[in-house]
Amino acid sequence: MKILVPFKSVPDPYAGAGAAAKSVINPFDEIAIEEALRIRERGEATEIVGVTIGAPAVDEQIRSALAMGVDRAIRIDDSRALDPYAISRILRTLVEREAPQVVLMGKQAVDDDSNQVGQMLAGLLGWPQATFVSKIEFLDNKTRAQCSRETDGGIEVIAISLPAIITTDLRLNEPRYVSLPGLMKARKKPIEVINCEQLGVNVHPLTTTLSVASPPRRTAGTRLESVEELVTRLKQEAKVL
Amino acid sequence: MAETLVLIELDRQRVKRPSLHAITLAQQLGGDYALLILGSGVAEAANSIISYGAAAVLVADDPALAEPLADRYASVIAQATRQQGAKRLLASSSTFSKDVLPRAAALLDAPMVTDVLALAKVDGAIAYQRPMNAGSKLATVKVDGELCVLTARATAFAMPSANGAPCLIATFAFDAASLPNEMQFVSRELRASDRPDLAEARVVVSGGRPLKDSETFERLVGGLADALGGAVGATRAAVDAGMAPNDYQVGQTGKVVAPELYIALGISGAIQHLAGIKDSRIIVAINKDADAPIFQMATYGLVGDLHQIVPQLIAAIQKT
Ligand SMILES: Cc1cc2nc3c(=O)[nH]c(=O)nc-3n(C[C@H](O)[C@H](O)[C@H](O)COP(=O)(O)OP(=O)(O)OC[C@H]3O[C@@H](n4cnc5c(N)ncnc54)[C@H](O)[C@@H]3O)c2cc1C
Ligand SMILES: Nc1ncnc2c1ncn2[C@@H]1O[C@H](COP(=O)(O)O)[C@@H](O)[C@H]1O
Repeated sequence: MKILVPFKSVPDPYAGAGAAAKSVINPFDEIAIEEALRIRERGEATEIVGVTIGAPAVDEQIRSALAMGVDRAIRIDDSRALDPYAISRILRTLVEREAPQVVLMGKQAVDDDSNQVGQMLAGLLGWPQATFVSKIEFLDNKTRAQCSRETDGGIEVIAISLPAIITTDLRLNEPRYVSLPGLMKARKKPIEVINCEQLGVNVHPLTTTLSVASPPRRTAGTRLESVEELVTRLKQEAKVL
Repeated sequence: MAETLVLIELDRQRVKRPSLHAITLAQQLGGDYALLILGSGVAEAANSIISYGAAAVLVADDPALAEPLADRYASVIAQATRQQGAKRLLASSSTFSKDVLPRAAALLDAPMVTDVLALAKVDGAIAYQRPMNAGSKLATVKVDGELCVLTARATAFAMPSANGAPCLIATFAFDAASLPNEMQFVSRELRASDRPDLAEARVVVSGGRPLKDSETFERLVGGLADALGGAVGATRAAVDAGMAPNDYQVGQTGKVVAPELYIALGISGAIQHLAGIKDSRIIVAINKDADAPIFQMATYGLVGDLHQIVPQLIAAIQKT
């Protein structure tokens, strides 16, 4: 079984406000990479291919993915501000070229917070999808997968035929740290760089971000001294009790 | 025919109230709109939404739609959108709409905007405001093309009024046999709770890491919520530690709430958590660290040990 893991470079979500955040692999995609590694480690996958669409600067995150244990990586060289639909159309072409049995990817990129690409890719390919997944088991000689999904109403379990798209939620696993030998090995692993023209896809974003502003901020209110004071304020001032 | 199609979400044959908030976005966009519901045995649900000013309620009712499997649902939704000649397809943000609508967008060859908070006019054209980066940025986005798909943050749009003239209920006919069949429903966790739904509650009490275990969490967070008739939420740290189920998670990657009163117990105030609570009217923070970031945005702050404060607070509320 071959697993394709699309991943995105995003500003570090743990960086404090104001600090210039360094780039990292999107946390949900890191979870996807970790899961692919575990599937390979239990003998159910033979190859893990990472793919990212971005400018040369994202090569640093590609190295991290390779150091975690991804076998080889592809960067689709594109520095435009692409929207999730454009990203999913590029990925569709790559999936057709690589023919994986599973595409394992994050549910959401934590910079744009769109939560669209996996589902769009599944729609374009006509493949089944399991989104927001917290557990994966392969069934029937790896022709199907049973997945637990985190939904608003609690955990839901579905079974899907392969090939399929699976998107990860936070509770699927805890990604490993990159090891020194991993980093050494990563240096020798191949990174293929291609562009959309070479891939034969012609996409243009249909959504454009016109401006980005800081939302209004809440300000600190009143420090209270006791439970009695809190109850009084909630009753008389806030009128919520 | 309707310019906008609004997908309404069901939970066990009943309309989920937050999903109706997307109707308000449809009204703000202008033009006529139809409501769409999918399911099996949903006549009663359809009847309950005929007075929201829609041109029609479209119903796709078939045993094949008993469970919200994304491949079938997206296919039927895309067919209905085409049949209506709609220019926009929308729904309130939820795990249901986030699962199904991007897939429908791809089938319709249309772009999508997630979590619309408000409309804006830029150079005479409609643009959409949406949060990014855990709500630390507010983007204004324009969309090109014939058709677009939107999800609306339910907390950013009011509940629409239900005093329109009753509209027609129309059956949306589709070929169930030709629907995709590669996804099967296996099971769903059933948790009976007398507490209000997190997304709709007037009061939400949430707990963080120091609640330690599910028993303490239930006693203190659940106990305070019950004293106030509220719902229970949790941080990612509390959910990861198994103190609370996943669907209690509030924040960037969980649920977004905007109750009258939000009480944060032992929550530091990470940006990912604040993303889900900052539109609450009153925020109360109880934390033993006087420098916890949550105090920078709480309406009322109380510094102290929650294990002592919460039982006192429950007792004080029960007395009032
Ligand atoms: C991709 C990504 C997505 C995320 N999504 C979410 C999300 O949707 N929702 C979310 O909540 N988080 C999310 N997080 C996690 C987030 O960054 C924080 O780690 C998390 O919110 C912290 O939870 P906490 O406040 O419970 O724990 P902590 O940050 O550990 O804070 C615990 C607080 O409790 C206080 N405390 C300790 N003991 C006591 C006591 N006895 N009495 C009173 N106070 C006490 C401490 O002073 C501290 O302030 C996400 C993170 C990432 C990277
Ligand atoms: N530029 C990109 N390159 C590769 N994968 C991407 C890219 N952007 C998004 N993705 C994938 O799509 C997922 C969802 O992204 P989004 O729909 O933007 O929230 C991410 O978790 C990634 O797996």
